[in-house]
Amino acid sequence: MDVAISSADTLDGTDIQRIYRSLRRIRRIEEEVARVYPTDRIKSPVHLSIGQEAISVGVIDLLGAEDVVGGSYRGHAAYLAKGASLPAMVAEMYGKATGCNAGKGGSMHLIAAAQNVIGASAVVGTHIPVACGHALALKRRRSSAVVAVFFGDGAVEEGVFYESLNFASLHKLPVLFICENNGFAIHEPLAKRWATDRLCERVATFGIPAERVADGDVFKIRSLAGKFIADMRAGGGPGFLECLTYRWREHVGPSEDYDAGYRQRSDLEKWIANDQVARLGGMVDGTVRAQIDTEIEQEISAAFAFAESSPIPETKELYTHVFAD
Amino acid sequence: MSLPTDGVRPLKYVDALREAVEQEMERDPDVFLFGLDVDDHKAIQGSTQGLLAKFGAERVFTTPLSEDAMTGVAIGAAMAGMRPIHVHIRNDFLMLCMNQLVNIAAKAHYMYGGSVKVPMVVRSMIGKSWGQGAQHSQALHSMFMHVPGLKVVAPSNAHDAKGCMITAVRDNNPVIFVEHRLLYSTESAVPEEPYTVEFGRARLCSRGDDVTVVAVSNMVIECLRAQELLSEIGIHAEVIDPISLVPLDIETIHASAMRTRRLVVVDNAWTCCGASAEIVARVLEMAGPRAGIEVRRMGFETTTCPPSPWLEAHFYPNPSTVAKTIHSMVRGTDAEWEPDPDRVRLAYQVQFNGPF
Ligand SMILES: Cc1ncc(C[n+]2csc(CCOP(=O)(O)OP(=O)(O)O)c2C)c(N)n1
Repeated sequence: MDVAISSADTLDGTDIQRIYRSLRRIRRIEEEVARVYPTDRIKSPVHLSIGQEAISVGVIDLLGAEDVVGGSYRGHAAYLAKGASLPAMVAEMYGKATGCNAGKGGSMHLIAAAQNVIGASAVVGTHIPVACGHALALKRRRSSAVVAVFFGDGAVEEGVFYESLNFASLHKLPVLFICENNGFAIHEPLAKRWATDRLCERVATFGIPAERVADGDVFKIRSLAGKFIADMRAGGGPGFLECLTYRWREHVGPSEDYDAGYRQRSDLEKWIANDQVARLGGMVDGTVRAQIDTEIEQEISAAFAFAESSPIPETKELYTHVFAD
Repeated sequence: MSLPTDGVRPLKYVDALREAVEQEMERDPDVFLFGLDVDDHKAIQGSTQGLLAKFGAERVFTTPLSEDAMTGVAIGAAMAGMRPIHVHIRNDFLMLCMNQLVNIAAKAHYMYGGSVKVPMVVRSMIGKSWGQGAQHSQALHSMFMHVPGLKVVAPSNAHDAKGCMITAVRDNNPVIFVEHRLLYSTESAVPEEPYTVEFGRARLCSRGDDVTVVAVSNMVIECLRAQELLSEIGIHAEVIDPISLVPLDIETIHASAMRTRRLVVVDNAWTCCGASAEIVARVLEMAGPRAGIEVRRMGFETTTCPPSPWLEAHFYPNPSTVAKTIHSMVRGTDAEWEPDPDRVRLAYQVQFNGPF
């Protein structure tokens, strides 16, 4: 696998197409989720990743099948970028038996064991040490695989985040921590929550190299992640990436909420001007792009049709899986 | 339950725990043991002694004082196929692990649709006496019983400690393993070979027709002494050790209570929303209104555990209070009876003089 440091310049046309496809695909899936949501066919609270796709896509583009990805309830992008099943994700949101969690997880807990997407958690920050546990297992087994774990700026306020950083650094665990800093925890801005915004400095005191990407540039994210991943594969310890980003929709649910008063549409506009989906779309040849876009639409319709036509879980499923055999 | 008879010798509870872990670590390279101070010279009162030397620092290691994250690490490692044993020197400290245990460990197999398992053991010790006081004496097992997805075991003797530990390590679920500090020095006949003690199967410790006594953890010892004293005056108590609280062998308890028509549950914990409340409620639900089963719960007094021995003496159930309670149930409250004060004293309590 290519783990070399790469920027847009060193990427070839196929790379750009692949990254564009992944970005566009996630964007369109989330838009479709939002579109369908008011029909009540989705039986699960949705925390959309619209606007934040470049972080998952940029990091995961450099991961292989054996690498592990962990995320939060706002984890659709990471799940999809890692190659987990779209039909199973939609079916999960529909509460169907064919869902990736057999209808027992919902939108906030997507899992894909075969693709090494560890289950997402909806208690903020709780998946961070669990990801470290996976990294510990990889290290004990002398694997060259690594873990990438995504979380929001709220999660870094939890004590368990610092406990995890310390342990990961102490044991040189192969885990890349990625903070998707969208500036809000629900409706509360950073200014009301952080004593200082020097997050990377805080993390660095644990002996963890920490980098910040302020403009959401997918190539910068990919390039920095690539450096961290290469270091970890070579036996180095954890890395930390803080990516500033913006959540275009409301915290939970399908809509925009710029009329609520806690943020301004003008803040969004800066990010729309810098939208990585559009940016990469512009870098792909028109015919190829049209082809990609069509394929994405077909895949999405097929996935929603699959979810629609899938069976509901049998009542006995309420009681199965409380304990493992 | 597999019970070899070869190589049986008296062994202390603490050594039985250590031996079980040693044998499981030998058998399965995925088993590892970690937790605060498991590798220091005190070795969790000896229960982890020698394991570092034998298995090395990759498989036996201390942790930062980060119980929350370390529980998450255990869960992640377990999901990835390893079998962690996470050790805490006091049950009280599990409150720091509650978020991970309740919100992830207990839920993962279910919430992830059966695609992951969390085979981990959480060891912790309940303290008692020599000034353990408010924060080193709690027994919070009922909090874990409340949540589906966690198994809870509280072996009362060395034999069951070893067998339960082996069962716990091999179990594919999170197991909350409740130990009692005062039991560490108690001996019983323990086979050398590895063996398992099945969860969900209560042990009948003594037979009797007058009253059913369900005793949890160290209360088994206390209740067996009460049973001896009562038998001398013609009251015969059937003492049952559930061994595991989740799963709970309610059938055995129910069957006994249907016969004796009297049920006393003695827990080494508070009674409010406790294991004793659960056991009594389930037996009465199964028995129905016409069974006429008289019930009593005994446990910690509804107050905080004091360090002063003169206050602490009144905090716990003991052979005397248990025997007197049973006596009044069987013979009536008017019948005065006081067991011999010298004979209600238990060796494991008298011998323990701290500090920890
Ligand atoms: C421990 C915990 N506290 C509170 C909540 C309620 N809650 C859900 S999401 C959220 C905000 C988290 O913000 P952040 O980590 O920045 O992630 P984002 O939603 O922006 O992706 C809060 C407070 C929770 N789920 N878990």
